[in-house]
Amino acid sequence: MIYNEEFETLPREVLESLQLKRLQQIVQRVYHTVGFYRKTFDEAGVKPDDIKTISDIRRLPFTAKQDLRDNYPFGLFTVPMSSIVRLHASSGTTGRSVVVGYTKRDIDTWSELMARCFVAAGLTKNDIIHNAYGYGLFTGGLGAHYGAEKLGASVIPISGGNTKRQIMILQDFGPTAICCTPSYALNLAEQGAAMGVDMQSLKLRVGIFGAEPWSEQMRDEIENKLNLTALNIYGLSEIMGPGVSMECLEGRQGMHVFEDHFIVEVIHPETGELLPYGEEGELVFTTITKEAFPLIRYRTRDISRLIAEPCRCGRSHIRMDRVTGRSDDMLIIRGVNVFPSQIEAVLMGVTEIEPHYQLIVDRSGTMDTLEVHVEVSEHIFSDSDEVRYLQKMEKRLSKDIKEYLGITAKVKLVEPKSLQRFEGKASRVIDKRKM
Amino acid sequence: MKVEQISIFLENKPGSLENVTGILKDANINIRTLSLADTTDFGILRLIVNDVNTSIKVLKENGLRVSRTTVVAVEVPDRPGGLHSILEVLSKNGINVEYLYAFVEKSGQNAVIIFRFDAPDAAIDVLLKNGFTVMPGEKLYAF
Repeated sequence: MIYNEEFETLPREVLESLQLKRLQQIVQRVYHTVGFYRKTFDEAGVKPDDIKTISDIRRLPFTAKQDLRDNYPFGLFTVPMSSIVRLHASSGTTGRSVVVGYTKRDIDTWSELMARCFVAAGLTKNDIIHNAYGYGLFTGGLGAHYGAEKLGASVIPISGGNTKRQIMILQDFGPTAICCTPSYALNLAEQGAAMGVDMQSLKLRVGIFGAEPWSEQMRDEIENKLNLTALNIYGLSEIMGPGVSMECLEGRQGMHVFEDHFIVEVIHPETGELLPYGEEGELVFTTITKEAFPLIRYRTRDISRLIAEPCRCGRSHIRMDRVTGRSDDMLIIRGVNVFPSQIEAVLMGVTEIEPHYQLIVDRSGTMDTLEVHVEVSEHIFSDSDEVRYLQKMEKRLSKDIKEYLGITAKVKLVEPKSLQRFEGKASRVIDKRKM
Repeated sequence: MKVEQISIFLENKPGSLENVTGILKDANINIRTLSLADTTDFGILRLIVNDVNTSIKVLKENGLRVSRTTVVAVEVPDRPGGLHSILEVLSKNGINVEYLYAFVEKSGQNAVIIFRFDAPDAAIDVLLKNGFTVMPGEKLYAF
């Protein structure tokens, strides 16, 4: 099933001329309204009028996450605040997070794209959608919510957490679809089973999972445990939120990028060189219809590849494969973006410990776990040499991490020089999760 | 009247303790008494040695996290009620014990209790007034 038959099945050449027209408009707009783009375009020696064919997009400079941070919070918005109806922010706190704004029309576009995702998953207005993506600054909850309402489905805005209650609602309200992170889906399956609930005989028919990397093995496991069809969705706050691309029920291989709204490219993460279809590299998106916060050639750091072969579902939009990794050191833990530098910011300034730390990410059952190992400094006993004092310090650091990053971490004090030292770029992360 | 104790941070893993005893052995340090407080992740080793300054120096040189803490050593007859008689006095005077450990003197007549107090001077005062023997550091180091 296709929500917007006309736009989702446009012949490639018509789609590309639509993309070109929209790209030209957006490039004109950002060049004339945002100082950052004026500067970077000028430095690259490119003028909006130089964009004559779709491949001229390659002449435009990339936009990096750091550029967004440098312009925190509203520096890259192209409309006055009076035109903005919603703000979201990616995880992190001041200086680290990215703030995104939406006009009324942006929200309408986003809602339509999420509605397209639901229809691609085989849902109609007769479905009940259990939306366990977090509601709040995170784009997942509200993004999916608006799409479900746009479709006319019944949405349960359960948000994240309170798993027992979620299991009760899954039984009592009988939702036919669920949206959450894949790790949370497995967590629900396990906790439900532990509560004696037959999780395979719920009314769930389809699950729309995303916001963290997952694998085909995990798909099989979720499908077996919850007796549903598991589909992959992709999105990121910077570009819009969930609904940038979506797997279709018919193909179940690769996610269709909604190309009437986004232009996707894959580049070599080191050289920035454009890679041909099929080759793995870093995803780069350009938004061509967004009003409040358009982005030109945004480097996502997500590693994937593009699938150009036509899909049996009839959509003409190109597909991207599941994200296999990140080209930087960002970790996604339980759907939350975590940079080692954020952990470092918490640890800095505590005199009892050194800025030498290591993050150990693992998966216990179905939930991601994070352990922070940190070396003690020579001031470790400056207040007391009592065990409970040091334990209190571990707990305090955990609490600070929780408050700063919103994730639960176990802090473990270790002896000095016990952590591996690195030359050059530090790799402070040991990721033991099997994807 | 106070005694200097060395506190060392150790990870709870094989070889941590052996590393410390090896360093002290090489520096010809004699351990008078010790206690180990531990959790699942880490431990704090507390030592009373014959040469505090040298011990701290060599342990630090070997990258260990070490501190000098002040404790109080009290001698009591090694018989039922010995420790109790001290704690009774401390409790009556509202003195809090952070931790303690003990060993028996070579003669076997007396036990020595090592106390860590948050207010050691007040504790010593109370103990002396009540007739207990507070052992000076020098005597303990030279045992």
